[in-house]
Amino acid sequence: MATLPTTFFGWVHFLLLQYGEVLFKGACVTLLLAIVGTFIGCVIGLVVGIVETIPEDKDASFFSRALLKTEKRILDAYVEIFRGTPMIVQAMVVYYGAMSLFSIDMSPMFAGFFVVSINTGAYMAESMRGGIDSIDQGQKEAAIAIGMDHFQAMRCVILPQAVRNILPQIGNNLIINIKDTSVLNVISVTELYFASKSAAGVYYKYFEIFFITCIVYFIMTFTASRLLRWWEKRLDGPRDYQLVEYDPLADPCGIHPIATKKQ
Amino acid sequence: MIEANNILCVKGLKKSFGEREILKGIDFEVKKSDVVCIIGPSGSGKSTLIRCVNFLEEPTEGTIEYEGQEVHQAFKKLPLYRTKVGMVFQQFNLFNNMSVVENCMVGQVKVLHIDKEEARKTALQNLEYVGMAGYMNAKPSQLSGGQKQRVAIARALALKPEVLLMDEPTSALDPEMVGEVLTVMKKLADQGLTMVVVTHEMAFAKEVATKVIFIDQGVIAEQGTADDLFLHPQKQRTRDFLSRFNVLSHQNEEDK
Repeated sequence: MATLPTTFFGWVHFLLLQYGEVLFKGACVTLLLAIVGTFIGCVIGLVVGIVETIPEDKDASFFSRALLKTEKRILDAYVEIFRGTPMIVQAMVVYYGAMSLFSIDMSPMFAGFFVVSINTGAYMAESMRGGIDSIDQGQKEAAIAIGMDHFQAMRCVILPQAVRNILPQIGNNLIINIKDTSVLNVISVTELYFASKSAAGVYYKYFEIFFITCIVYFIMTFTASRLLRWWEKRLDGPRDYQLVEYDPLADPCGIHPIATKKQ
Repeated sequence: MIEANNILCVKGLKKSFGEREILKGIDFEVKKSDVVCIIGPSGSGKSTLIRCVNFLEEPTEGTIEYEGQEVHQAFKKLPLYRTKVGMVFQQFNLFNNMSVVENCMVGQVKVLHIDKEEARKTALQNLEYVGMAGYMNAKPSQLSGGQKQRVAIARALALKPEVLLMDEPTSALDPEMVGEVLTVMKKLADQGLTMVVVTHEMAFAKEVATKVIFIDQGVIAEQGTADDLFLHPQKQRTRDFLSRFNVLSHQNEEDK
């Protein structure tokens, strides 16, 4: 057997060579879970947020009003329950519950995607609702006034602005998910934390391994946050105010060429 | 028949918010090519009235007729009515997520189902009309208030409305920007577009309006031609209100 390293960095180097690939695979699983989970969660949140903000139509039939109300109650319950319980517990309940109640033997990975998505969805639903509410009522009114219905106004005017406004929240959730998928080790998803724990056990070098893990997590979250920042900036377009050309009508010195140009 | 050229007819319009009755029975009609100016003190219900005409607020009582037919009967869906009766807001309300030209296209494309090329052409014509064609690719956040309001007018015109409702179109503007918007409005009036304008610009009302309606505490206190109302107001309340605006000459009349 080769001689074992004696210094801290020696061990780090040694462990990287030995378990680099395992950790890398773990990191990939973590990223995959976080990105897919955040994405599906956003879609869930978007849908829930949209349903929650459908205005009550007094002219609609009793049945459709009751239906809408019931839907909203159920969605409220979903949001409250999944925001109000820890993800680590949700993972256990979903994974083992599916097995014992419905005898569904889902893979840990599938359970992982499911739990992360539905958990993120609950948070995003609230963000989405806030995002929609934060758009000035005048935008909706203007859309209605040019003949759009509620759903057209939502799709063309409100949602694009609401989604832009909650982009920082989405970024936040992605970063939280990159870190929090570590709790999925309890249902033996082989993400970064699980991989680190296994690797650490071999030589009992917990500090050295988790020092590496720490850096890997940070690289992932930092990259994610920078990328999102860049994306936000790109969506906003240039910030500078530029006059496209001379606007004679706005000239306060009183020449109104439009009035003189009358056909 | 006189009734026949009424494009809009408001009958017995009442509107309450909860217990508070804002409009207490309003009747007036708008003929083709009329420019109706609605004036009155704040809180008198001017804005509520014009919003009711467009059904942005559901009237509590009363009917609104479009070309002699009750609106809900004349149109299967309210959105279609709203394309005939355009609206310009005090706060412009341009769609912030769209460029100037997109603002003027979206209604045509989504509501009237006009194809994009055609819609773009119409949008540009209307932007040209309000002097904003050079800004077609700008975002609303890059425009001044007056420019925004002119784009808002172009957006409403792009749907080729029969009537244009304007809710205090110059009230949110800095003084030096009021002129450019009024110039556009005057030009529209000269071309015979039917307009209903809630305004505090008495000089504009006096010069352009074919009919002026003075609203006070939810009822029409007085209505008539611009000359009638500004030069020979019948009611004390109207005189008191108008005396705040020194551009008008009825004070000189009183002095005589």
